[in-house]
Amino acid sequence: MPESLSTIAYLVAGVLFILSLAGLSTQKTARRGNAFGIAGMLLALGITAFGHVTSFGALALAVGVGSLIGAVLAMRVEMTSMPELVAVLHSFVGLAAVLVGAASYLGAQPYANHVEGVIHAVEVFVGVFVGSLTFTGSVVAFGKLRGMVRSKPLLLPGRHLFNLLLLAVAVGLGAQFLSAPGHDGLSSLLIMTGVAGILGVHLVLAIGGADMPVVVSMLNSYSGWAAAAAGFMLENDLLIITGALVGSSGAILSYIMCRAMNRSFFSVIFGGFGVDEGKAPAKRATADTPSEVTSVTAVETAALLRDAKQVVVVPGYGMAVAHAQHPVYEIASVLQKRGVKVRFAIHPVAGRLPGHMNVLLAEAKVPYDIVLEMEEINEDFPETDVVLVIGANDIVNPGALDDPTSPIYGMPVLEVWKAKATIVMKRSMASGYAGVENPLFFLENTSMLFGDAKKNVDAILSELRSAAASAAAE
Amino acid sequence: MKIGIPKEIRPGERRVAATPETVSRLMKLGFDVAVETQAGAGASFDDAEYSALGASVVQGARELWQQSDIVLKVQPPELNPALAVHEAELLPEGAVLVSFIWPGKNGELVERLAARRATVLAMDQVPRITRAQKMDALSSMANIAGYRAVIEAASFYGRFFTGQMTAAGKVPPAKVLVIGAGVAGLAAIGAARSLGAIVRAFDTRAEVREQIQSMGAEFLEVHIKEDGAGSGGYAKTMSPEFIAAEMALFAKQAKEVDIIITTALVPGKAAPVLITEEMVNGMRQGSVIVDLAAEAGGNCALTRPGEVITQRGVTVIGYVDLPSRLAPTASQLYGSNLTHLLADMGGAKSFHVDLEDAVVRGAIVLHEGKLVWSPPQAVPVNPPPAARSKTIPVHAHEPPKAPLSHPWRSAAFALVAAVLLGLLGTVAPKEFVSHLTVFVLACFVGWQVVWNVTPALHTPLMSVTNAISGIILVGGMLQISGPISSPVTLLSAAAVLLATINISGGFWVTTRMLRMFQR
Repeated sequence: MPESLSTIAYLVAGVLFILSLAGLSTQKTARRGNAFGIAGMLLALGITAFGHVTSFGALALAVGVGSLIGAVLAMRVEMTSMPELVAVLHSFVGLAAVLVGAASYLGAQPYANHVEGVIHAVEVFVGVFVGSLTFTGSVVAFGKLRGMVRSKPLLLPGRHLFNLLLLAVAVGLGAQFLSAPGHDGLSSLLIMTGVAGILGVHLVLAIGGADMPVVVSMLNSYSGWAAAAAGFMLENDLLIITGALVGSSGAILSYIMCRAMNRSFFSVIFGGFGVDEGKAPAKRATADTPSEVTSVTAVETAALLRDAKQVVVVPGYGMAVAHAQHPVYEIASVLQKRGVKVRFAIHPVAGRLPGHMNVLLAEAKVPYDIVLEMEEINEDFPETDVVLVIGANDIVNPGALDDPTSPIYGMPVLEVWKAKATIVMKRSMASGYAGVENPLFFLENTSMLFGDAKKNVDAILSELRSAAASAAAE
Repeated sequence: MKIGIPKEIRPGERRVAATPETVSRLMKLGFDVAVETQAGAGASFDDAEYSALGASVVQGARELWQQSDIVLKVQPPELNPALAVHEAELLPEGAVLVSFIWPGKNGELVERLAARRATVLAMDQVPRITRAQKMDALSSMANIAGYRAVIEAASFYGRFFTGQMTAAGKVPPAKVLVIGAGVAGLAAIGAARSLGAIVRAFDTRAEVREQIQSMGAEFLEVHIKEDGAGSGGYAKTMSPEFIAAEMALFAKQAKEVDIIITTALVPGKAAPVLITEEMVNGMRQGSVIVDLAAEAGGNCALTRPGEVITQRGVTVIGYVDLPSRLAPTASQLYGSNLTHLLADMGGAKSFHVDLEDAVVRGAIVLHEGKLVWSPPQAVPVNPPPAARSKTIPVHAHEPPKAPLSHPWRSAAFALVAAVLLGLLGTVAPKEFVSHLTVFVLACFVGWQVVWNVTPALHTPLMSVTNAISGIILVGGMLQISGPISSPVTLLSAAAVLLATINISGGFWVTTRMLRMFQR
């Protein structure tokens, strides 16, 4: 096959990938976008197979087994576990980048031009470094999301120094690697892989549970850069294009998440949030806010919802944990049948993955046009009769707007306290992942509904249903 | 401690200072409650309802007053004609009285109470601050008055409020003008809107525009820049030019609208006359004016406080007891205001008069017989009535500044980048530079494309990017073709395997998710 033809095919595949991402801009075109992505991938795969591969046996085996595992994973995963799946898939890309890098180093022909040789070695080195970091970081992120690793940030004394040290060691190994003749640099490369791996583990361990959306999107970005680095070392433009697309996509997502929390990117990456900073304001809050909260029962909540004209539901990670999305939507549909206007308000960092709540609500068949973003719904709260907050905390904290001592001060939040009544469903009075006291709970128009979200939601639903049934009987 | 609820003796007063519900809340606070027989009759509350909750029902005003430590009332104490004794004289020495007092104009009453060494809290003096909203009886009553004003207007007005297309023909909707958009004005707007009328509203304070519009009324304005916001949520007196423009507006509106509801009050002064006799004469026959400022002299020149008059077919309602005309609700809200105040003062167990407390300090007139009330109220500056319902002021909406906003910093950054690129260009081989071109352009394309992705699809975005980052598979495939046992082939095969998991898993799960998104 002529070289140019495969280049053209790669170009087409690259364009298809861009169209794929462009398709995701609206729900209507999203499925077409996904189809473009699949088409681009098949094209790239086919062209590479027929243009470059001679030993099809190994290829077919690897592709067959891989597809099977991927498909099983994808079919089995629950929507509440999407963050875990995404994290584990990142780790595969990272590991693949390490393997490709190592293979590329071992398989490389000596370069005629010294500069070219150096550039290739640098590319290999960088690719493997990013790949290894992504791999171990994603594995730890997966563990944290699964609950296998504590989600509290691990804060070693002098952790920044430690990170710098690891980086310095990696750079030193890099110098050694570049100066080694032939394939003698392999040992430096392998040691560096280990060092980068430790760095990845340590970086993610230092980040708290609430910052996971940033971490996951950051690892997404890294996996893209790893692919781009592989493209450089293999001189393959398709890899470069795709890697760049994925890398910038992950970077944008991280940026959006950081902005949604009013945090700088670096303070998230280097972790340790909500531990030392959280204590002082928590004390302050107990000192001068009335410490009494009003608690309500599911029956009272149902009565309140029944009499409302406008209801907004604010889901948080607690809803995902309790798997309460289905009964929540049933409550919404019962209310809608009574003529109540029900909408859902999504904060950008609700959940553990960008857009996680949207997927959960979509799974429960909530029509996407009643699911609104923070900016779209914030100004509607004053006209809202009842807000139902399910398992969310920091994203509805008024302290973020009016308390300069609060560690989350300046973070945009859903202004639920402007509604006539707010009901917060929560397991206990424990503070959120940011470790910040929430003055919302003490406001006069806020009531707390304690207990397991699923059970409470079910109770509200059955209460609403029986009321509807008795109304129909009359 | 015993709370006494006497029957109101002012003729026509139907409210009572405690309803069965607020009595039960008072008892939860630890108070004993005694209710004069028939005290709740005007507001449709039976003696039996009170006694069922554990309150004692007492025969006779004298007996009730004398056994009470705290007396809760609606109207200021006055001469009881049946007993021929002033209510202030009935109050036990050193007892507490909580009621409307209007100390500014009831100096003689305050003296009488001082003689009893009484502690007196005036509900009309509760400061209008955020924390005191739940005790703000003036707002509670103004809300009711605004609503009732519309109901009164509707009953005197001979037409529908809402427009209708009937088989018998078309009925146009009523047009209502509300002057003054305080608590009462906004309540009137809401009630008139719910009845289906077209509502316009005017206020000298520009900040209430949004509140008026949020209630569904049209905000009328005069084109003179002057803000009428005074202290305590009231308006101040305006300049002559402004008043002239305002009057011209009212004269024009009077010819168009069917109902006018006026609520304009300036504290400590007679109500401004906004609707002249001429304007009334210009109104259509059958039109109605409800003057909520009647007690302070009235906003309409023809208003007679407490009466309804008709001139040239236009009805002018000057009732001064609108809240009392909605006695059960008014009693309930007023009773709740009182309960909140008593709860704030420590309940029965630790009841005390804390002069440091801003609410108590504002409301207190007499403390153990000593006059502590100062007439010109130093009302703390606070937002106007309806805005006060926002408990938390929002002032953090300016976006955080980007650290790189200084122009010289971005310039330095650009310079460094240019130098580095220049160096790279001198040493790097042509192929590398062309790959770099592709890379940089792809980054920009990705940046543009991804910003357009709707936040709702961020999870599918991640899974798709996950899948396509499996393109690293190509990297594995390009190197897989050595001998099967060579390390390069093995490594590549492993890479291909991992990448395929990604590709198939990523696309599959995206398909699954996208299938769920439906309208």
